[in-house]
This record gives sequence, C-alpha cells and structure tokens, in this order.
Amino acid sequence: MIAEGGLAALWFAATLAGLQLLLGVLALRHRHAAGEQAMAAIGPVAIVQGALVAIAMGALIAVFLATDLSVALVAENSHSAKPWIYKFAGAWGNHEGSMLLWVTILGAGGALVAWKERALDRPTHVATLAAQGAIALGFYGFLLFASNPFARLNPAPIEGQGLNPLLQDPGLAFHPPTLYAGYVGLSVAFSFAVGALVTGQVGPAFARAMRPWVLGAWVLLTIGITAGSYWAYYELGWGGWWFWDPVENASLMPWLAATALLHSVNVLAARDGLRAWTVMLAVVAFSMSMIGTFLVRSGILTSVHAFAVDPRRGAFILALLALYIGGALALFGARIGQVRAGRSFTFVSREGGLVVNNLLLSVILGIVLIGTLYPLIAAGFGVRLSVGPPFFHAAAGPIALVLVAVMAVGPMLRWRRDQAEAVLIRMLWPMVAAAGSFALVLTLSGGMGVLPLLGLSFGVGLIVASVLPMTQRNWRRTPLPIWGMVVAHAGIGVSLIGMACDSAFTAERLVALYPGQATIVGPWRVELNRIYPNVGPNWSALEARLTATRDGVGTVLRPQQRFFTDPPTTTSESAIATGWDGQLYTVLGQQDAATGRWQLRLWWKPFVTLIWFGGILVALGGALALVGRWWKAWQQRRREALWG
Amino acid sequence: MKRWLIWAPLAVFGALFAVVAAGLMRPADTAVHSTLVDKPLPSFELEPMVPGKSGLASTDFGRGTPHLLNVFASWCIPCIAEAPQLMRLKARGIPIDAIAIHDKGPAVVAFLRRNGDPYDRIGDDSRSRVQLSLGSSGVPETFLIDGRGRIVRQYIGDIRADQVDQIVRDVAAAR
Repeated sequence: MIAEGGLAALWFAATLAGLQLLLGVLALRHRHAAGEQAMAAIGPVAIVQGALVAIAMGALIAVFLATDLSVALVAENSHSAKPWIYKFAGAWGNHEGSMLLWVTILGAGGALVAWKERALDRPTHVATLAAQGAIALGFYGFLLFASNPFARLNPAPIEGQGLNPLLQDPGLAFHPPTLYAGYVGLSVAFSFAVGALVTGQVGPAFARAMRPWVLGAWVLLTIGITAGSYWAYYELGWGGWWFWDPVENASLMPWLAATALLHSVNVLAARDGLRAWTVMLAVVAFSMSMIGTFLVRSGILTSVHAFAVDPRRGAFILALLALYIGGALALFGARIGQVRAGRSFTFVSREGGLVVNNLLLSVILGIVLIGTLYPLIAAGFGVRLSVGPPFFHAAAGPIALVLVAVMAVGPMLRWRRDQAEAVLIRMLWPMVAAAGSFALVLTLSGGMGVLPLLGLSFGVGLIVASVLPMTQRNWRRTPLPIWGMVVAHAGIGVSLIGMACDSAFTAERLVALYPGQATIVGPWRVELNRIYPNVGPNWSALEARLTATRDGVGTVLRPQQRFFTDPPTTTSESAIATGWDGQLYTVLGQQDAATGRWQLRLWWKPFVTLIWFGGILVALGGALALVGRWWKAWQQRRREALWG
Repeated sequence: MKRWLIWAPLAVFGALFAVVAAGLMRPADTAVHSTLVDKPLPSFELEPMVPGKSGLASTDFGRGTPHLLNVFASWCIPCIAEAPQLMRLKARGIPIDAIAIHDKGPAVVAFLRRNGDPYDRIGDDSRSRVQLSLGSSGVPETFLIDGRGRIVRQYIGDIRADQVDQIVRDVAAAR
C-alpha cells in the first residue's frame, strides 16, 4: 500500500503543478478580482505540491528500507542483506529514484519560494511560481509516463538483485542530494529570469532576490562536485581525482555557468549593470543542469554514471529540454529588447574585470560542452572516438590560467573606472610571489610540465592577491560577503596548487611482492606483511596488511580486493594514509598464479589533499557570503520593525 | 545590443538540439569495437570444461565457417537471460563455441541442463587469461570470428531478442 500511496501523491503533486501554471497565467492575464484570487492561491498550491512530492519520496524510501521486493525498482536495485544506509540511499541509486529525488528537491525549492521569498514584486513572484510549476509538470510527466518508480512486480522475487558495489559507499547518501539541490537552486534562478522576462522587471531588486538562490545553489554544487571528486578518487582505485567523464562534465558545466552568474548578479545588484547578460546566464545555468540530466539519463553518452540506457526516455527528456530551454531563449529574444540597458562603465574597472571573468568562464564552459558532445557529433559522421583529458587540459588549461590572473586582479579594481598603472602597483606583491615560486620550483625540480609549473605559481599569486587587501582593512568592520570572496578566491588558489603538485610530483610504483618483502615509493618504505580473508555484511575480501614507514614512523594500511555476491562484482578498496604534505595511496591487485606474488599499486601524491581542501574553502566562502547577506537583511527588517 | 545577437543563443541551442536528436534517433550500436576487431584471434589452448565435450583452442577457428565465441559463466545472471537467444542462433545453424570463466565443471553441467546447451566446445578459462587476451572485460560477451580466424565483431553484454536477426546477418556477412 505504501507504494500505491506514493504513486497517488505523485499524481496529486503533478495535478497541482499544472494548477500552479494555470493560476499563474490567470493571475497575469486578469488584473481584477479573478486575477487577485489566482495570485493569492498560487503560493499555497506550490507549498502543498512540495509536501505531496516529499510524501512520494518518503514512500519510496520506506519501500527500500523494508526491501519490499514486490516493487520492481527495489527488486532490481536492492537486496535484503545490504546495510540499512545503502537501502536508504539506494532509493536514489537508480534511474527512477534519482529522478524522483530531483523533482522532490524541485518541489521543495518551489515551496520555499512561495513561502519565504518577499523581495520580488508580486507579478514577478507569481510568474516565477508559474514557471516553476511548468518545469515540475514536465518532470512529473516523465516520472509517471516513462519512469514510474512504484511499478509492482508480480510475482515478487525472493531476493533482490543488489546495488552496484561501487555505489555502496557513504558518498551515495550525500553526493546526489547535494548536487540535485544545487541544480534545483539554479531552477529557481531560471524561473526568476523567466518571470522577470514576462513582467520586464530586470533591475537591482530582481538581482537581490535572485542572489541568495544562486549563491546557495553554487555552494551546494561546489560541495557536491568536491565530494564526488574525492569519492571517485578513493573508490575507483585509479588514483585520479577527475576523469572528464561526461557526467562529471555535466556537473561542472552548471557550476561554471553558476560561477559566472554569481559574479554578474552582483554587478546587477550593486551597479545596475549587465542586465541582459545576467538574465541570459540564469537561463543558461539551469539549462546546463537539464542538459546534464539528459546526458546522464538518456544513456546517449557512455559513462560510468549511466544507469538506464533507454532511447524513449531520452526522447522524452529531450522534448522537455526543447520546451523549456527553447522556450526561455525565445522569450529572451522576444522580450529582452524591452529591458532598458543598464548603467555603463569603462573597461578598466571592477565591472570590466567581472565581464572578462564572465567571458572566460563562458569560453571554458563552451570547451567542456564541445568536448563532451564531440563524440556524439563525430558519430554522426561515422567516426568513433572519445575525447579525453589531453583535449580538456590543452584547451581549457591555458584559459583557466588567464582566468586565475583576472581573479587575482579583479577584487583590486574600483567600480566604474580605474587607472591601469595604479592597478599594476597594487598587483606588485602577488606578482612577486608568483614569480618567486616559479623560480623556486623551477630550480628545485628541473623536469616539470609547463602547465603544472604555471598552475603552481599562479595559485600562489592568487592566494597572495586574495589575502593581501585584508591587511589594509579593519577586520571587524569587513562585511561577511567580502570575507567570503577572499576565502573562496584563496580556495581556488589552494586547489590549483594541489592539482599542480599532484600532476607534477606524484610517484607511482607497480610491484609484485611476497609477504615479508618491501618496496620504496616516494619517501615511504612499504612492506607487505601478510594477506588474510575478511568479511562484511554483504561481501568477503582478501585484505593486505601493509606497514608504511617514513622517517622511522610506521602506519598500517589495509587495502582490499572485495567480492560482492549480489551482483557478483569485485572492487578494489584502496587504503590511504594522509599526512600533512600528501597521501600514500595503496591498491591490492591480483595474485600472480605462477609465482604466488601479490600485485601492489602504490602512489605517493604530495599535497593532493589541497585539491579538496581548496574546494571546501570555496564552498565555505560562498556560505559566508550567504550568511552575511541573510544577517544584513535580518538586521534591516528588525530596524524597520523598530522604527516603523 | 545587436538584434541578431539576441537570437544567437536560441540558434546555438537549436543546433545542439539537432545534433543530440540525431544521435538519439540512430539505433544504439551495441557492438563495441575492441582494438582486436579485424585482428586474428590470439592463440590459446584451453582444457575441456565438461565431460564429453572437447576443450577449445584458437586453431578450432578459421577453417572456413564463421563461429560465435561466447564468454560466459554459470554464476552469471545475464548469461541465463541470453541463453534462449543463443539457442535460437544455434537453431539457425550458427556454430557456437564457449569459454567458461572462473567456473567449475559440475556447476557448468547444471547450468547447461537448466538453460540449454548451444555449445560445440567449451574451454575452461578459470583465471580469465584467455578472456583478457581477447579484450573482454566481463560476462557475457560474444565474439564473431570469421572463416579466416579473424575477430569481426564483439557484442558486449547479454544478447537480447532484438539482436538475433542482426547477428544472423553479421554471420552471413562474415562468410
């Protein structure tokens, strides 16, 4: 019954999403009594819709927790012997469940807009909710007609087929919901943009209303991508942290667009500039999220993330994309002419820097998009190929370095207009730091690639440039959003240093050892003590005990070859020792049948942790800015309440 | 802003849509082109897996008729799913040989009794040596070997009912 209840809740939610769209159109068409009533009703409808889809998601989680094998989705993706956390998270470790999670978070976002958003003028607010309803309606349709998560299976099997062992990791409980929440935050920005295009109200008030949503979405995307990268790093056992997999790119592209949007929305809020551009970016950011969803769900590109390869589903999502993205872009073309141009500025100014930042981010976005879709385009001409890291590194790397240089200069520029010579003087210390680290690294390690070397020195320069302005400020009086910017920019520098160190200084060893033998990797001496069996709730394993010693201090590592029975799969569970200056990454391979030796794959990765530490700093910076804006708005409301 | 620039994003999206829609309409090509396609079969010799059926060696191929070479295991669920399709291919006169990986004789005998036996020969590849040398990374996978002993095609995953006719055509083309 729980499954049927969930399905009923989903149908009701879909109906209310349709009603939400209808009420919005009614409210904007008729300005009189009927319009007033529609305007008053649309908010509560959005809230109830959010509650209903949450009930549906709850029902799906309940059937997964109970391992109700009469539900087809559970039978295909779960197993009674699985630990409860993976039963819980397994609810979205599959196509249908992850789409339901998507619309659940979408519904929650819509409800939040209806309930809490007060900064927008009413017509734009109503148009926003109507747009949100329209998006939700399409995806409800997709769930109900093409991917019903509650379909029954008769007769029910006695046991489920289990969850892909690669997904049986705490990362699954965390990574998809975070990313989806980020995508959905961007859907709100998209709806705001559509709403503003309908009513023509593009200005600072619109930007201030949109900013927290963009900021929140961006923070969540940053966390999601950082966590996903670390998950892939330790789970896949290849020692890499980014694979330029189509689905990774699908999460990177909305992030790039959101980063650009985040900066342009500030220009619009503070200086009333970049009106059309900001609206465009808001449309593009969510479009990228939807294209990402499409690429993952249609199985059109081969990827480790593709659960369901089904062209019918692909066609359905593609039709939705055409409707929403095409519709929004057509609306943009038709209406943006009526939005007055914003205020102007000279090239050497804070606005100018932000425009360059936006353009560079857009170029990188374009490169990633082309690289991701190129195999598809080539297949149209009968050529089979895959686009790998060499393309992305060569094409996006240099532009990213220019972007980092602009990031270093940007915050030192004044609004409206600035003097180029004065800027050069302000940039003195960062440039000295970058040049210094360049020379230092070059002399210390001769044979280093150009890109890592530049990345390392630009990273150092960026950190200095980001932190430097704070030395001339009164810290107590510095607003939180400024702190946020400093932390986030420095975080990019930190991450960049981590990437450069990982690609330049990583030491790798592939050895075959008898128990008792040892090998050297980087500064570590690693000894294989013994191999023994181990068991978990739904797996058995061969585990190696390794003793890694460095400067007389020993650490024990236990990498595994893990065998899952449902479905039958072998995974390599890496073991990692983290120090302040890097990670020792160990993977246990096969036993050589002829000699009885065990294969070990060892990496010493200096400063690799900085990549994710930098990512956390970036997210923290965004969170600081968000909290700062809320704090300021709350104080302002309190003052208004006091003084009437 | 220039008038045409306003419509540029829509035009770009239109082009993107066309590419993706075309990609979606094209039937999915489930034959993954391994680097060994169009190369001679690597040489190997495997012991018999089940009593009464000979083992498999690379010299069994390339004697004028195309063969299918099925990589399977008794513990593999998709292999059960593809068994009826293999029986249909067998019934249409296509010789099928097999490599059983990570398996035991009695288990394979039981598997064949339950799901049918389309195989002429079954080689015992208990450590996946030959499987890996063929460029196969999982079960089930099926290779089409032409009459000259060259790998023509590799079908990854279980053979589905809608693939049978295509495979019959592929075999005819490999003659």
